Amino acid sequence: MSTAMPLENWVRRDERALKALLLVTKAWSWIFLIAILVFFEIWARSATGSTFLFRVYNLQSISVAAVQTLLLALGLTFVIIASHIDLSIGFITGFASVICALVINALDPVLSPWASLAVGFVVGLAAALIPGVVNGWLVAKLHVPSFIGTLGMYGIARGAALLMAGGAVVSINNPASRILGNRDVLGVPYVVLMGVVMVIVFHYLLRHTRFGIYTYAMGGSEQAAVRAGVKVDRHLIALFLLSALSSGLGGVVYTLRFSAGAAQAGEPILLYAVAAVFIGGASLTGGKGTIIGTVIGAMIIAVIQFGLVFINVAPYWQFVSVGGVIIIAVLIDQSRDRFDRLRGGR
Amino acid sequence: MAEPILSVQGLSKRFGGVQALTDVSFDLAAGEVLALAGDNGAGKSTLIKAISGVHQPDAGAVFYQGRPTTGMTPRQVRDLGIETIYQDLALADNLDLGVNLFLGRERMRKAFGFLPVLDRASMRDEAARTLDGLGIRIGDPGVPVGNLSGGQRQAIAISRAIYWNAKVLIMDEPTAALGVPEQRLVIDLVKRLREQGVGIIFISHNLVDIFSVSDRILVLERGRKAGERLAPETDGDELVKLMMGGDAPAHAEAPA
Repeated sequence: MSTAMPLENWVRRDERALKALLLVTKAWSWIFLIAILVFFEIWARSATGSTFLFRVYNLQSISVAAVQTLLLALGLTFVIIASHIDLSIGFITGFASVICALVINALDPVLSPWASLAVGFVVGLAAALIPGVVNGWLVAKLHVPSFIGTLGMYGIARGAALLMAGGAVVSINNPASRILGNRDVLGVPYVVLMGVVMVIVFHYLLRHTRFGIYTYAMGGSEQAAVRAGVKVDRHLIALFLLSALSSGLGGVVYTLRFSAGAAQAGEPILLYAVAAVFIGGASLTGGKGTIIGTVIGAMIIAVIQFGLVFINVAPYWQFVSVGGVIIIAVLIDQSRDRFDRLRGGR
Repeated sequence: MAEPILSVQGLSKRFGGVQALTDVSFDLAAGEVLALAGDNGAGKSTLIKAISGVHQPDAGAVFYQGRPTTGMTPRQVRDLGIETIYQDLALADNLDLGVNLFLGRERMRKAFGFLPVLDRASMRDEAARTLDGLGIRIGDPGVPVGNLSGGQRQAIAISRAIYWNAKVLIMDEPTAALGVPEQRLVIDLVKRLREQGVGIIFISHNLVDIFSVSDRILVLERGRKAGERLAPETDGDELVKLMMGGDAPAHAEAPA
């Protein structure tokens, strides 16, 4: 703390500076998103004379990538606000993706494409609930730290998905899934429409319902939640189910987009989803975070993903830059807490 | 004395080999402030937990308005009107005043005429009004309560109890972690609640606080009632003697 003293002395003297700093630390993700959009737009114009932002194909690609991350990150936002973590979401995605593909392949010969797609969709989601309920039970009833419990589930779901897929990618040949996974209506991909609906539902749940406010209360003070009569263990199980359902949807959407079930479907997205939640203002100590913040986080990552490819940088730089942004997000979160305390201490 | 609002009769509690509480009895009237004093390990915490339903006593009983609370859970005891405020305050620091006051009993409204949503504005306004009525000013009631001062947070926990009709308030060292102006804020609040007829029990180590606000002082020593004095009829020296084990010339045992 002693190294931070000069800054703290300075802001303590200057109320306006403190307010400005607080505003920047609170709105930094919006500022950052605009900054990288401007950066890529300028790059596109000066290097190739084209546009980055004002082309439908680019916007579609970015928003589809953002939705793929978001589907995992929406449920994870709840878990992190309750001061837990779910590391298994990446492989729950793969697990649901493989099961969805296997079911569609098994049913395609006997059912219409839309019917077998619908059954595959539902069974894939339902299968995702199994690791979810085990996660919840481990954390809520057996008091296993969620970091370890869900890390174990990460391995189990990964192995189970690989075993069922026979170690390979399960290709499907279902025309209905190609429509839902790749087509658009008035330029808006169906996948993005699904994402928008999920964002609205999760935002409502977190911001406007008792379920949401109890999630925040648990992250702020478990004692406060217990006092209010919240059944903390049942609520925790519900949170891990929600997270599994959200990442299961991510897996099913992956199968639609690529006409294939893959055990590895969610492996890189785990990093992206965790990053989106923290960029969105959540904190490992819990109690903070919003769905809108997570959406901005997912958009930042999608712009970086697509933008780096756009300017012809080796794709591996995606991981480097997303990793860097996570660290920046945590540093900004810490300084925001400090400024908040300074203001409260007046 | 009029019919007591709370009557504690012959409470005893044993944990394994330790007799934490032995045959403790006292009464509390509405609008009376009782200070609970004693050294560390004297049984103060065990006593308030036995009253609030956290511990079930081995012998004796607690009567609230003449009815026994035996076998009740902490929540049932609280619903009855006995609220215990521990040092952690059980506030969600990340949420605002309104949500904290109503947590577990939230107000809802219908958005677009059909969608049930939390009515944050109404909860916040009602909470700010409640605090105002108790003489507590919060600059911006929309900020997370973690950003408020220790005294304000203590006041919020107390207001929450009073808003939900607590008639007996038990506080575990309410001023322990506070600076002097903040202590005064809490002490003033206790006095105001006494005027409103709330019965108050508070644990304190601070003799200044004890004498500034309490009507009666109960001293515990190793789980037993060492004495009970009206505040005007005693002084700090006598209390300290009682806490240390009566006015025996010296302790037979070596000090711990």
